[in-house]
Amino acid sequence: MTRLTRRAQRLWRLVWALIKGDPRADRVVPPTGFTAWLTLFTAGAMAFLAVFALALSLATGRLADRWASELAQSATIRISAPAEQMERQTEAALRILSQTPGVAEARALSPDEQRALLEPWFGADLPVDSLPIPQLIEVIEARRGFAAEGLRLRLRAEVPGAVFDDHTRWRRPLVRAAGRLRSLGWVSIALITLTTAAMITLAANAALAANAQVIGVLRLVGARDTYIARAFVRRFTIRALTGAVAGTLAGMAAIWALPSAEEASGFLTGLGFAGAGWLAPLPIPLLAGGVAFWATRGAAFRALKDVT
Amino acid sequence: MIELRGVGYSYSGDALLSDISLTLAPGSFHFLTGPSGAGKTTLLKLCYLELKSTSGQVTLFGRPAQEIGRDGIARIRRRIGVVHQDCRFLDHLPVLDNIALPLTVAGHPPEAHREELGELLAWVGLEARARALPPELSGGERQRAALARAIVMSPDVILADEPTGNLDWEMSLRLLTLLTELNRLGKSVLIATHDLNLIRQAKTQVAARVLRIRNRHLVAAGADL
Repeated sequence: MTRLTRRAQRLWRLVWALIKGDPRADRVVPPTGFTAWLTLFTAGAMAFLAVFALALSLATGRLADRWASELAQSATIRISAPAEQMERQTEAALRILSQTPGVAEARALSPDEQRALLEPWFGADLPVDSLPIPQLIEVIEARRGFAAEGLRLRLRAEVPGAVFDDHTRWRRPLVRAAGRLRSLGWVSIALITLTTAAMITLAANAALAANAQVIGVLRLVGARDTYIARAFVRRFTIRALTGAVAGTLAGMAAIWALPSAEEASGFLTGLGFAGAGWLAPLPIPLLAGGVAFWATRGAAFRALKDVT
Repeated sequence: MIELRGVGYSYSGDALLSDISLTLAPGSFHFLTGPSGAGKTTLLKLCYLELKSTSGQVTLFGRPAQEIGRDGIARIRRRIGVVHQDCRFLDHLPVLDNIALPLTVAGHPPEAHREELGELLAWVGLEARARALPPELSGGERQRAALARAIVMSPDVILADEPTGNLDWEMSLRLLTLLTELNRLGKSVLIATHDLNLIRQAKTQVAARVLRIRNRHLVAAGADL
């Protein structure tokens, strides 16, 4: 039998003993007062925050992917020319684009579409026709893509008023920012996990110190360390699990109650879970339970070292 | 069963016990006496490994103390019943559960030993107090409950630290009778006490060896005992 198998079996025995419980062993440790509430509240609050961190991480991940994939497939040509040349230069640019391999579609935006783009800044009654507004051409890439530099050179030669923008300049920082936000979400989850472990360790230490006499009596009547530790570990693990279930459900409800992107468009309104993403917070209570298990077990065995 | 050979114990550099040699053989009965602070409790603690000797050799049931791990100590304590001076109960559990505690921690369901527990409670005269909490007991009841807990696992050795310290004379004699009955059943008994009248009374019932701690050393008591 390999060492790994033996470890797995040992871990399973620990988990099974925890699940199965021993009402008599549980009774030998008296109720631990405020530490019970402290553990319950800590696990609940941390699970609630973990749900938000997870939502942030997943939402920014989706945003980064969308910016990276959707915007990478499109480009814009802006034509700034005197009014009498605008139509001719636009046609010339469209002709070049129609001859460029890798361009799936190219079209000039209508005055209404251009007005809609400017509306958030200048209002709805903007007289687009009477203003020297550049003409925009939307370019959609084919799957194989086009040679951006070649297109830029040709446009410079044949359409003097054209400025080619493949979005790279502003897309990259956005994708990078979204990626950083996603990482921050995961860092937050890691910090929440460590904080939970620290808080539960403190609560367990307080409970162990308050029950020093009980532990002493148990050792003197022949209790093994694992027996004593299990009584504390089971109690704290169940509390953390219960608190985390409540916190996770509350966090998911709060995310669900956030305004949707359709109701009020904006960056943060995309925060939330989509589809199977709603399953993502479900391991949080298990994580909290696991953290409580190991934190209390460590604290208990450290405390027991001082008791003969 | 328990053997101390040249054992010493020091705390913070001060020697509390020196060159102690003692053998608790099966069926033996010992009294340990000496003035308060002489080291009687310390010597008892060395016998069940609550304290580790700083010199010499302690052997429990044939095993040198230094070779016994924490789990081993737990198993050995199931063979040594200890009656502490302050009794040390779990105050949130009823008397019956406290008495059954050694069974519980050893993985023996007390429900399976209900009859024996009932007999034990009757033997120490606590049937009516089975559901009471320890703080509700009188001094004598606490001592008898502690004795019941010490012997519930049918240990080979019983160590009692001032078991009659809080008792009147009548109750002390009753407890002494319980201990001598256990000794007749083959249990080895060591009682630490400064009550010389109790020792004199015991010697009328049982062949007890009386030891005294004097100047950190263990010596045989004088002819007056």
